[in-house]
Amino acid sequence: MTNLIETAKFRPEICTDENLVYHKPSTLLPEPMHYCPGCGHSTVHKIFMEVVEEMGIENEIIGVAPVGCSVFAYHYMSVDMQQAAHGRACAVATGIKRVQPDKYVFTYQGDGDLAAIGTAETVHAANRGENILVIFINNGIYGMTSGQMAPTTLEGMVSTTSPHGRDIKSQGYPLKISELLAQLPGVAYVTRQSVHKVANVRKAKKALRQALEYQKQGLGFCLVEIVTNCPSNWKMTPVQANKFVDEKMLSFYKLGDIKVPEVK
Amino acid sequence: MGEIKLMKGNEALAEAMIRAGCDAYFGYPITPQSEVLEYLSKDATQRTGMVILQAESEVAAINMIYGAAGSGRRVMTTSSSPGISLMQEGLSYIASAELPCVLCNVVRGGPGLGTIQPSQADYFQSVKGGGHGDYKLIVLAPSSVQEMVDFVRLGFDLAEKYRNPVMLLADGAIGQMMETVELFDQMPRKTEFPEWATTGKPKDKERRYITSLHIQPEKMEEINKHLQAKYKEIEEKEVRYQALNIEEADYILTGYGLGARICRKAMDILRDKGYKVGLIRPITLFPFPSKLYAEVANRVKGILDVEMNSGQMVEDVKLSVCGKTRVEFYGRMGGMIPSPEEIVVNFEKLFIKGEA
Repeated sequence: MTNLIETAKFRPEICTDENLVYHKPSTLLPEPMHYCPGCGHSTVHKIFMEVVEEMGIENEIIGVAPVGCSVFAYHYMSVDMQQAAHGRACAVATGIKRVQPDKYVFTYQGDGDLAAIGTAETVHAANRGENILVIFINNGIYGMTSGQMAPTTLEGMVSTTSPHGRDIKSQGYPLKISELLAQLPGVAYVTRQSVHKVANVRKAKKALRQALEYQKQGLGFCLVEIVTNCPSNWKMTPVQANKFVDEKMLSFYKLGDIKVPEVK
Repeated sequence: MGEIKLMKGNEALAEAMIRAGCDAYFGYPITPQSEVLEYLSKDATQRTGMVILQAESEVAAINMIYGAAGSGRRVMTTSSSPGISLMQEGLSYIASAELPCVLCNVVRGGPGLGTIQPSQADYFQSVKGGGHGDYKLIVLAPSSVQEMVDFVRLGFDLAEKYRNPVMLLADGAIGQMMETVELFDQMPRKTEFPEWATTGKPKDKERRYITSLHIQPEKMEEINKHLQAKYKEIEEKEVRYQALNIEEADYILTGYGLGARICRKAMDILRDKGYKVGLIRPITLFPFPSKLYAEVANRVKGILDVEMNSGQMVEDVKLSVCGKTRVEFYGRMGGMIPSPEEIVVNFEKLFIKGEA
């Protein structure tokens, strides 16, 4: 970064439009993010805002922020947003979309918000075929409250409320909410992506764009699950955390499309 | 003169909602208010294009209200006591984010699943906040089917004027009984939305966001101060009540909603018996007509407060009169409705025969 600034200062002639190979999307606000180093949230924020910029829809999209680490998403995304009560994002999004059907509407939710306290709102919004996009961040843990077990925590995985590893006999099984939702006829598109490697970031971005295209076509409920990390609460370095995503998370939460719209 | 119809309270409320240009209704069935959603489901969308959606729960319904109200639309939901309890979380968020909307609680007897019969046991919940945090709803208490109609329009006006949720605190009897009503003419739905509403980021302007989260306590205290100043303004400007025969009165009967209607009959009986009795019926429960009670307290011998609960509004009456006159209470609970004769007997027992 310093090098770039220095270059711009001393060699302004090379800072031209045709030499520009990368820029921060205009749809991201110039606000330092509060996310921990290595956390996947910032990557997902960026690629989603790139999609919004590329589609040129920043004036016709409304987002819903959850309760969880991404509660402040509206501090970073330069689009109109509402902050919902814990788990209620899909109900809030329903309210927005029903009175503004011509606008794009998305929710951005973590696994505790979407798959624990908000399961009913999620399932019923999906079942009604609400024409919204749900961006579902699955890192298998409660991040904001510092590392408690989530519905998505893997068997044997350590959290502050499963310090001996998740015991499925007493604490239940990790919930594959995406596979569950894919069963519903109101659901158009469900895909599971990750952002732990560059190639995966590209695929995830493509999926987000695809989902908004489906929304434009009025196909119904779309969910893009992004399996990601939580270095701070997993007590790992970012590199270790991405390795854990690759080896452990993705062997249970398999990447790829779970449901795609039927081509007519 | 508007159209005159014989209507059930719940249906009149629904008809008023359509005519008030309401943009969306989200609700969940519960006795004794299920007729609202049923009535709207018939042809409200065909008539005005308004959204009608049966939610999966009252929890979802109130959050749909949040989303649609945040979009700057006129939105309403209705429920009855157990369902309104489920909405308290959402109401706290709505009050904090200052989103205008109207609710109606067709109250039934509680606590718990209780009964489906009329009650006034949700006074505290409606008037004192109900959910977490320091907030107030504007609370209107209809005592007739006509007021179920009139207060929908008034409710929307107040909600939008103050960016605050408004509660119509009715009861199972007002919701279920049939009366003649005069309906106001169809109003157009809104085509322009407030500047704060999330309708897509305006070009060349900053994005808008609706939130109740202000993590810095200094900022959260500022928000609270702002809310309290708004509530104070509402207390100064929006008090509504009905007062009958209070100028020459020795005694005052008081109650709200259905309770006040029964008190009116009791007042007539007592006046026929020669007692100088007046009636005060608060129409707004928040803001409460405290000044009126304080004023009459200087010249009456006593106030009998009648409610269909264990004595809730009576606390506000006592706070208003500040010990300057005797305040007594008579109530029935759990869905039971007091008769005018019961009120007369208890009035005489308490104030005339001196039996406390």
